Amino acid sequence: MTAQFLYGGAGLILFVLGLWSFLVHAPLLRKLIALNIMGGGVFHVLIAVAYRGDGVTPDPVPHALVLTGIVVAVSATALALVLGARLQDEQRQG
Amino acid sequence: MYSNLLTDPLVLCITLPLLGAALTTALPRHAVPLGILAALATCSAAVTLGVDVWQHGALRLVLGGWEPELAIGLRADGLAVALALMANLVALGISVYASGYFRDPERMRAFWPLWLLLWAALNGLFLAGDLFNLYVMLELLGITAAALGALTGSREAVSANLRYLLVGLLGSISYLLGVALLYTAHGTLDLGLVARAIAANDRLFAVDAAALVLMVSGLALKAALFPLHFWLPPAHANAPAPVSAALSALVVKASVYLIIRLWLDLFAPITGLAAAMFLALLGAAAVVWGSWRALRAERLKLLAAYSTVAQIGYLFLFLPLLAVTPPGPPRDNLLAALVLMALTHGFAKSGFFLAAGLVQTNAGHDRIDDLGGTAQRLPATTFAIALAGSALIGLPPSGSFIGKWLLMQGAIESGQWWWVIVVTTGSLLASAYVFRVLSRAFGLEPTPLKFVTDARAEVPALLLSLVAVALLGLASGPLWTLLALRAGGGA
Repeated sequence: MTAQFLYGGAGLILFVLGLWSFLVHAPLLRKLIALNIMGGGVFHVLIAVAYRGDGVTPDPVPHALVLTGIVVAVSATALALVLGARLQDEQRQG
Repeated sequence: MYSNLLTDPLVLCITLPLLGAALTTALPRHAVPLGILAALATCSAAVTLGVDVWQHGALRLVLGGWEPELAIGLRADGLAVALALMANLVALGISVYASGYFRDPERMRAFWPLWLLLWAALNGLFLAGDLFNLYVMLELLGITAAALGALTGSREAVSANLRYLLVGLLGSISYLLGVALLYTAHGTLDLGLVARAIAANDRLFAVDAAALVLMVSGLALKAALFPLHFWLPPAHANAPAPVSAALSALVVKASVYLIIRLWLDLFAPITGLAAAMFLALLGAAAVVWGSWRALRAERLKLLAAYSTVAQIGYLFLFLPLLAVTPPGPPRDNLLAALVLMALTHGFAKSGFFLAAGLVQTNAGHDRIDDLGGTAQRLPATTFAIALAGSALIGLPPSGSFIGKWLLMQGAIESGQWWWVIVVTTGSLLASAYVFRVLSRAFGLEPTPLKFVTDARAEVPALLLSLVAVALLGLASGPLWTLLALRAGGGA
């Protein structure tokens, strides 16, 4: 039970740290990393929820959510990186 | 029910545009006919779904033969169907317009798959029955919307839409943490089951309230509720015209729909008057500030984008009125007025943006002060702008006239008279910015003989604006019947 709370609490702390970093830092890469840390925080919470005690099969639903969430986060990050690279190319040429 | 899953209109509304996106990706040479075909098919599926719900009441569908707690569930009640019908008709109009809009073949090939994906996400969002699928649809919507908005490739468009993407991601991650909290507390994601669990268990008030704050603030960011609207005007004003129309009329509306859905269905037991009042105050600020900035805008598309900020604001004014009105005909009127305003704005703003896009291509710019003679060169388009404008102001017989009337009536009846001042100020400012455009549009050139110059571009804008002004105003009665078809709760 303690481990579950520690894990979930760490997730919440990661979320807040990521949010702070997203709001404070201007560069695109830092913002993207911050967003991914926030996402990681949410996934921590979900994984902590799935835990049902030692030797008991964990709840599969949150695990499925985390997997889907990772896919979504990767594609969103990729699009943001492409747009950012486009901007940087133009600035170099212009 | 399982045997004919593939042909169920509830499923087809999402699978048809997905199929269209796959086909237009695979056969880019035939993107336009395939895209139009997918648009027509999707729209007919949505209309069939509307007829089904009208005849048989709210629908629910559990996919894949799983138990409701595990399966992907779809549902369609009156509110979802009303918005989905609007979105699909508007999207069909946008598709027809877009088929002739892109001159560059590369852009055109990039447009169709993204646009059909966005359409699938929209329908999925209106029809999803559980919190996590709503998140997936929300992300798909945000990603495709940002990619489409950046399609012109200009530096302003790319940087505005990169910001839009980041803001959208922040919003959906906040929503996702809310979902995680709700799952922790109640062990289910199904909208109906979570709603019952929240109503039944007031010991978990703190967790539910935290989830409410996270989800609503994340969605308010995506819905551009003042003061979180900063990203909207540059992103919407710099996108290609058909994309601007979709972003302003549909994408923003989807987040508002979700807020209303969560607020009224899910969190109804824990949302107090104070919280509703807070959101309505932000809405009031959006009405005044958005209308003021629209009046001061130098470009036509920027004007339309700020007007969206204002029009979204109106929808939030309904929340404190709904909070104090007990169930019964007055509350039904308020809810119908809220939906009617959202629908009218969907049709009017898409018509406005499509017409503005044609003005821009025709004149080579969209500076409002230099638009003299547009009324003579593009009479049908100017007429569409005037019609859409009158719906944005809320002149009779438009749907927003009825909406604003019921809103003011509700405000006076529930003793919250101050919202009347907000609505009046917003409408006055709206008439000022609409007439400012129209007064500039007339020039000294001779009046042409032809009313319509480019049918494929002008007719969709004209029809969408006409629906906002005439159909939604004069024949809005069925909306009351449709909204009375509520889902019967959980699985």
